[in-house]
Amino acid sequence: MTSTAQSATAQQVGQPPPELMISVRGLRKSYTVKQKRKTTSVDAVRGIDLSVAGGEIFGFLGPNGAGKTTTMRMLCTLIEPDGGEATIAGIDLRRAPGQVRRRIGYVAQGGGTNEEVTGREELVLQARMYGIGRTEAERRAAAALSAFDLTDYADRRCSTYSGGQRRRVDIALGVIHSPIVLFLDEPTASLDPQSRVRVWDEVRRLRAEGMTVFITTHYLEEADALCDRIAIIDHGEIVAVGTPNQLKHEISGDVLTVGLAGEGQPAVELLSRLPFVRQVEAPDSDALRLYVDDAGTAIPQVLRGLDSAGIAFDKIELQRPSLDDVFLAKTGRSLRES
Amino acid sequence: MKFARETWLVFQRQMLIVKRTPIRLVIGITQPIAYLLLFAPLLKPALATVGARSTADAYRIYVPGLLVILVLLSSLFTGFGLLAELRAGIIERARVTPVSRFALLLGRAMSEVATLIGQALLITVLAIPFGLSVRIGPLLLAYALLIVMGLLAASLSYSIALLIKSPAALGPLINTFAQPLALLSGVLLPLTLAPHWLITIARWNPFYWSTNATRALFGGDVSDPSVWKGILLMVVLVVPVMWWSVRLFAQRVR
Repeated sequence: MTSTAQSATAQQVGQPPPELMISVRGLRKSYTVKQKRKTTSVDAVRGIDLSVAGGEIFGFLGPNGAGKTTTMRMLCTLIEPDGGEATIAGIDLRRAPGQVRRRIGYVAQGGGTNEEVTGREELVLQARMYGIGRTEAERRAAAALSAFDLTDYADRRCSTYSGGQRRRVDIALGVIHSPIVLFLDEPTASLDPQSRVRVWDEVRRLRAEGMTVFITTHYLEEADALCDRIAIIDHGEIVAVGTPNQLKHEISGDVLTVGLAGEGQPAVELLSRLPFVRQVEAPDSDALRLYVDDAGTAIPQVLRGLDSAGIAFDKIELQRPSLDDVFLAKTGRSLRES
Repeated sequence: MKFARETWLVFQRQMLIVKRTPIRLVIGITQPIAYLLLFAPLLKPALATVGARSTADAYRIYVPGLLVILVLLSSLFTGFGLLAELRAGIIERARVTPVSRFALLLGRAMSEVATLIGQALLITVLAIPFGLSVRIGPLLLAYALLIVMGLLAASLSYSIALLIKSPAALGPLINTFAQPLALLSGVLLPLTLAPHWLITIARWNPFYWSTNATRALFGGDVSDPSVWKGILLMVVLVVPVMWWSVRLFAQRVR
């Protein structure tokens, strides 16, 4: 399933099948937790497999505590996996974490700026931590500040920044060394809607510059709007992988509701014969429900068919399954509740 | 070379933060200055029994103890700063870079100690009008010893902070053992005044030896056996303790 999803994405984005940037097999991590003097082992991540192609925006969608951050922090060399293997940008994660660090950028959910220093100072320091010389680090900081539209605040202390500005500084810090793969942990958590869209634009820009982006999120809208492909993770396991559209179609397809002016039977017979209609239901005498693979191509054909058969209808409505429906189908509960 | 550069980067950044928050310096130095101005003048008669025949003698005995308190206690509390930076994600941001983990910790410890040495210098200078007189050579050696003591105490504090992880628990814990540790070093009055049993306990405290050494150096007596003993002990201890804290830092930080 992973491999078919892979090739579908490559086609959709209109690129030749690119090399794998992240390849993970059987990654595991458990923690020991002390509770009432008893030590129990909690499996945070239970054997994850995934592949992310170059230039993809790959989303890790799941509720809090599903193992998203633990997985990401293992891939970023911050915690050691208990088992499994991974290669990031062609480098073996467990054998050469230092090499991986040179090739990745990571932005933690809470960021990591110091209140007392300015955005520019942080950017220069971060670049220098990667071994970049002072002059080049200053040049990169200035370029990043302008790219992220932060020049006006560059020389103010981080403590004065708004949530959205701070987030942009965080991301700028994560990419100051031009990493090949960028990891973003909940990049828009607790941002207002405007700032969120702004961050999405920045992520898309970075991808357009050739970066591969791996994000975790518990926002369905974010996974849907931003990610080329997503993996749904629950209780430390991946329960589904695919493009948002694939996942939605996999569970139900699109639903068209057609309001009829007259008798329903001829319409049911006519529409049932169309190849792309999976099922027709007639819940009321004056309405039909069609389950189709893709509403975009189905609607014109349905309209044309009804018209040419002379069947009168007064409205047509479209319902698309949401990622929450997918989550519900895969895990048995709604992401909004969990 | 790479390591020195990285340590320097971390050191510079920490010093910049010290410069931006001068209030911490003021708070840190208020107490020692209060002791110097309001307590030390009582000492000449009190220290007569340990050979203080003049005010200068009294200050030569008291000021080094005061500097040890400053360096020791402040360094022991640096673990707080580390926990705060961990919480703020500042450490994590550095840990995803290829920077040496040792440099991240050493640069921080060095900036802490540099700040304290600056404060120690100020106190030394302030003590001069009161009659403190010291020879420059032994004084420099005393400062070098204070630096090693600070690095040792800071590493110890990092290790404890990384083991405890909770700022709420760290404060009482450090308070609990820092006070006896300082008193058993003879920082207020030299332990030559102490009863035998107290000295017996104090001999197990490494900072007792280094405090004696600092005091001997302020007295200008480099050849005093307590000097090489104190210096040797600190240098021998600082290496494994630092190594321990770096190991904990690499392993325990999540």
